[in-house]
Amino acid sequence: MKRALPSDSIRLLIPALSLTILLIAVFYLQPRAMSYVGLNLLFNLAVPIALATIAQMLIMTVNDLDLSMGTFVSFVACVAATFLQATPVIGVLILVAAIATYAALGVLIHVRTLPSIVVTLGMSFVWGGLAVLILPAPGGHAPEWARAVMISRPPLVPMAIIACVVIAMVAHFVIMRSSIGVILRGVGGNARSVERAGWSILGARAATYALAAFFAILAGISLVGLTTSADANIALRYTLLSIAGVILGGGEFTGGRVSPIGAVIGALTLTLAGSFLSFLRISPDWQIGAQGAILIVVLGLRLLLNRLENREKRS
Amino acid sequence: MNFRKMLLASAALSCAAMPIQAIADTSAKKIALSNNYAGNSWRQAMLTSWEKVAGEAVKAGIVAAADPFTTAENQATEQAAQIQNMILQGYDAIVLNAASPTALNGAVKEACDAGITVVSFDGIVTEPCAWRIAVDFKEMGRSQVEYLSKKLPSGGNLLEIRGLAGVFVDDEISAGIHAGVAQFPQFKIVGSVHGDWAQDVAQKAVAGILPSLPDVAAVVTQGGDGYGAAEAFAAAKRPIPTIIMGNRQDELKWWKEQKDANGYETMSVSIAPGVSTLAFWVAQQILDGKEVKKDLVVPFLSISQDTLETNLANTQEGGVANVEYSQADAEKVIAEAK
Repeated sequence: MKRALPSDSIRLLIPALSLTILLIAVFYLQPRAMSYVGLNLLFNLAVPIALATIAQMLIMTVNDLDLSMGTFVSFVACVAATFLQATPVIGVLILVAAIATYAALGVLIHVRTLPSIVVTLGMSFVWGGLAVLILPAPGGHAPEWARAVMISRPPLVPMAIIACVVIAMVAHFVIMRSSIGVILRGVGGNARSVERAGWSILGARAATYALAAFFAILAGISLVGLTTSADANIALRYTLLSIAGVILGGGEFTGGRVSPIGAVIGALTLTLAGSFLSFLRISPDWQIGAQGAILIVVLGLRLLLNRLENREKRS
Repeated sequence: MNFRKMLLASAALSCAAMPIQAIADTSAKKIALSNNYAGNSWRQAMLTSWEKVAGEAVKAGIVAAADPFTTAENQATEQAAQIQNMILQGYDAIVLNAASPTALNGAVKEACDAGITVVSFDGIVTEPCAWRIAVDFKEMGRSQVEYLSKKLPSGGNLLEIRGLAGVFVDDEISAGIHAGVAQFPQFKIVGSVHGDWAQDVAQKAVAGILPSLPDVAAVVTQGGDGYGAAEAFAAAKRPIPTIIMGNRQDELKWWKEQKDANGYETMSVSIAPGVSTLAFWVAQQILDGKEVKKDLVVPFLSISQDTLETNLANTQEGGVANVEYSQADAEKVIAEAK
C-alpha cells in the first residue's frame, strides 16, 4: 500500500508539472490571460474535451480504444441542438438509446472477441451519418439550460475551472475509489483473475461502454452549450485529442492503468498548448509539428520517470 | 490685418472640422484575420491579398496591426479556440472566414461581449452581433443560365457540374442554376455530377457520365471544374459545348487557346479571393465609427470574352483571377447596402 501511493503521485506529477509550466509561459506571453475572464476564455473549450477524454479513458481502462469518439460527440451535439432543445423527451430517449448502443457494442466486442478499433471505426461512420441526417446543414439551438450552465459566471473561480475540477473528482471517485471502478480496472489489468473471482467480464465491459457513452454525451451537450448551435462535423478532432489527453495524463494503452485526474489535466494541457503556440505567433504550417513536439517532450519525460521508478523498485 | 483674420478663421475652421473627420482614429486599432484553411490556391491567394493590402495599411498608419492567423486543422472547435485567444490578445476587430456558419457562434458572441468588432466573409457566421460579407451564390448560378440564354437563344441540354456534396456553397449555386433553368425553360439539365471544385475529379466524373448523355449544348459549373470538363469532352471526341469557367488560371488559359484557335466563346465567374481585403476595409470603417449594415453583399468577379486577356495576364500560374479592394470600394459597398 505504501508503495502504491508514491507511484500514483509520480504518475500525476509529470502532467501537473507540464500544465503548470505551460500556464506560466502563457501568462508570461499574455498577461491578460491572468484574470477571471482570461482563464475562462483559455479553458472553457477544454471542458468538453475533458469529458470526452474521461470517456476515452474508460474505454481504455478495459484495454479497448474508441475511434468513434469524435463523431459520437458530434452526433450528440446535433441531437442536443435539435431534439433535446425542441422536444426534450424524444431527445432524452435518443440519448438513452445511444447509451444502450454503446453497451451493446461492449457486449459485441466481448462476445465475438472483435478488435474494438475495427468496431468503433465502423461505428464512427454510423454516428457521422446519423449526425448529417439529423442536421443536414449546420444549425440548431443549444438547450437553454446547457447554455446557461456554460456561460454562468460563478463568483471568484471561473466556470471552466470549477467544471474541470468537478469532472476530475467525479471520475476519480468512480474509477479509483468505488468498487465498480476496481472491477473495471481489473478487467484491463487481468481479466482472467477478475473472472475467477466471480465477476462477469461481459457485464463489466458493457457497463464501461455505457459509462463512457454517458461522459461523451455530457461532452456533446457542454460543447453545444458553448457554441450555441451544432454542425455534423463539430467535434471530429476529439477522437485524437481524447486519446492524446489520456496518454498525456499518465494513462496507458493496456493494463487498466489510467488516471482520471491526469486525463483531465492532459485535456487542459492540450488545449493550453494550442493557445501557447498561437500566442507565440508560430506559423500554422509549423503548429501541428509544434503540438506534436510538446507531446513528445511530455511523453519523453514520463518514460524517463518510469525508468527511474522501475530502478527504485528493483533496488 | 484682413489677411491675418482670414488665416485665423480658416485655421479655426479646420480645427473645428478636424475632429469630425477623425472622430474615431483607427491608427491605434489592431485587426486580426481568423482563417480556417489554407490548403488550396483560392485560400493562398486570399492570404496573399490580405498581407499585401493590410500590410500597406499598417505601413501607412491606418491601423496599428493586421495579423493573419490560420488554424492548423480545418476544425470549428480549433477556430473557436483561436478566436478566444484573439480576444485575450486584445484585438479591436476580428475578420473571420469561418469553418462553420454556426459552430463558432459562442466564440463570436464572447468576442462581441468583449467589445470586439467581428466581420465574417466568404464562410460567414450566423451570430447576429457579427457583420457578414456574403456572396450571392444563387445569383452566381442563375447568371450562368442567363448568359447562356443570350448566347444560345434556342436553348438546349445542360450538364451541371456541382461542388463538394453537403457544403452550403454547393447547394446555393446549384439552387441558383435550377432557378435559372426555371426562368429560361428552353434549357434542360440532362445530367449532374459532383466535381468537388477540382479539375481532376471533374474530369473523371464528366468522363463517366458522358456516354449516357445526348448532345450537350453547355456545361454549367461552380468553378475549378471547367478545364477538367473540357478535357473529358475532348477525350471522348465529342464537340466541345459552351463551358462556363470559374476564373482559375488553367481554365482561362484553355479558353484563350480555344478563342485564338476557333473563336470559342464563353464566360467565367467566381469570387475574387481578394474579398478578404474588402472585409479588412469594412472592419476598419466600422472601427472608424461608420454605421454599417450587418449584412453586405460582395460582387462576384466575372470575366467576359473582352476582358479575358487582361485577367489572364494578371493571374499567376496555378492561381485564381483576383481583385484587391480599396478603402473606397468598401465605402461603396457599405453605401449601396444602406
